[in-house]
Amino acid sequence: MSIPKTFMGFKRENGRVGIRNHVIILPVDDISNACAEAIGNNIKGTVAIPHSYGRLQFGKDLELFFRTIIGTGKNPNVAAVIVVGIEPKWTKKVVDEIAKTGKPVEGFSIEGLGDIETTMKASKKAQEFVQWASEKQRTECSISDLWIAVKCGESDTTSGLASNPAVGNLMDKLEPHGVHLCFGETSEITGAEKVCAARGKDEDAKKKFLKTWNNYNNFILENKTNDLSESQPTAGNIKGGLTTIEEKAFGNLQKIGKKVKYVDVLEPAEEPKNGKGLYFMDTSSAAAECVTLQAAAGFTVHIFPTGQGNVVGNPIEPVIKLTANPKTASTMSEHIDLDVSKILKREMNLSQAGDALIDITVKTANGRITCAESLGHKEFVITKLYRSA
Amino acid sequence: MSQTDLIIHDEKDNVAVVVIEKTSKNQECVGWIMENDKTIKIKSINEIPLGHKIALQDFKEGDTILKYGHDIGKVVAPIKKGDHVHVHNVKTKKW
Repeated sequence: MSIPKTFMGFKRENGRVGIRNHVIILPVDDISNACAEAIGNNIKGTVAIPHSYGRLQFGKDLELFFRTIIGTGKNPNVAAVIVVGIEPKWTKKVVDEIAKTGKPVEGFSIEGLGDIETTMKASKKAQEFVQWASEKQRTECSISDLWIAVKCGESDTTSGLASNPAVGNLMDKLEPHGVHLCFGETSEITGAEKVCAARGKDEDAKKKFLKTWNNYNNFILENKTNDLSESQPTAGNIKGGLTTIEEKAFGNLQKIGKKVKYVDVLEPAEEPKNGKGLYFMDTSSAAAECVTLQAAAGFTVHIFPTGQGNVVGNPIEPVIKLTANPKTASTMSEHIDLDVSKILKREMNLSQAGDALIDITVKTANGRITCAESLGHKEFVITKLYRSA
Repeated sequence: MSQTDLIIHDEKDNVAVVVIEKTSKNQECVGWIMENDKTIKIKSINEIPLGHKIALQDFKEGDTILKYGHDIGKVVAPIKKGDHVHVHNVKTKKW
């Protein structure tokens, strides 16, 4: 199959390309959720993104919080943003950062006004934004404008056997075309960390990866309540045939293919700045947290291989699911965008699976609604580094 | 392509993964090496369930198991070609 050279996307003011055209209502903090949701209910075509944090966080945890919220607003899948916060200061901070992209953004703070009046004022603006955004048309964009993130979940032996290698095949084929790619899941790489380090493009990337992994490993060693050798692989993994943590980790690492090298290592939710290519991001392996962080870094489409059937979605980034488990493909078909279970019967090879995945990814970029989108999955979960003050 | 009983990821691998419900004793199994699209044959000397591994050679204690072309652990009890490879004869090198 020849790789499509273009797709139909939304060109944004800062040159980035979105594959969706959302107007989001973004609360700065947990207590502004009710108001944000009221605005979202008032104005059809908007998406409110409630979450649980934003009060009394400090230090690196606060920095990550802002990076996540602001990055979500900056994502090119978002056409315009209404920001709602309790206080004017943090509301303005979020608005000012999102405004740097050139997209329409306006902030509203609740203090001194109350939910009802804030909702009325913000709804007027949200309506204006939705109508403005709905005039935007998709235009032909280079395939290199795609930013693709990957993460696997509810993995089983079929993941390492077929669905993860199919994602790796897509990476090997698309990376030479100049797309941005991202993988994460620091914890799941344990056991394959040396091989993963060796996949860095240069010494800096390798060192940065090992430093990130060591920080994670030290954190686990400090906080563990029992020997991890008992919990990795899990009892379920062992029953399914996985013998060692190394085997599990290499199954996960199949997602980055055989050839691609990562150009840099990113903090959670950090925007890539070294141009096209593959990036490793330090993320949790919890599905919604990982997808939220990658979307906040600017990734516009997500590819999610699953074994037993994870159902995760995201409010701004379409999540494409594939499985090689024939049972999951039939019993949970409403969640599965691509069935690659034929690989296990040798009726499909990895290259064909990679081609099918590229095809569905480009279709999704062109506007095809994913299973997760059609089912209303909008999991937005902020990664918290430690407790609030 | 014809039905396959086992999948081998990488040419270097010395184990294969069962992709049928289970192998039976003395079954002549067909294995597919994904990397180069070659076919191999191996006799299963035990029942091995779906998703579990079969030895493609004899192993002695201290040998290394290769899957995905990488070291996934050490042999802690001798394994015969065609036998089940799992937690009873292979351990991580990590702990």
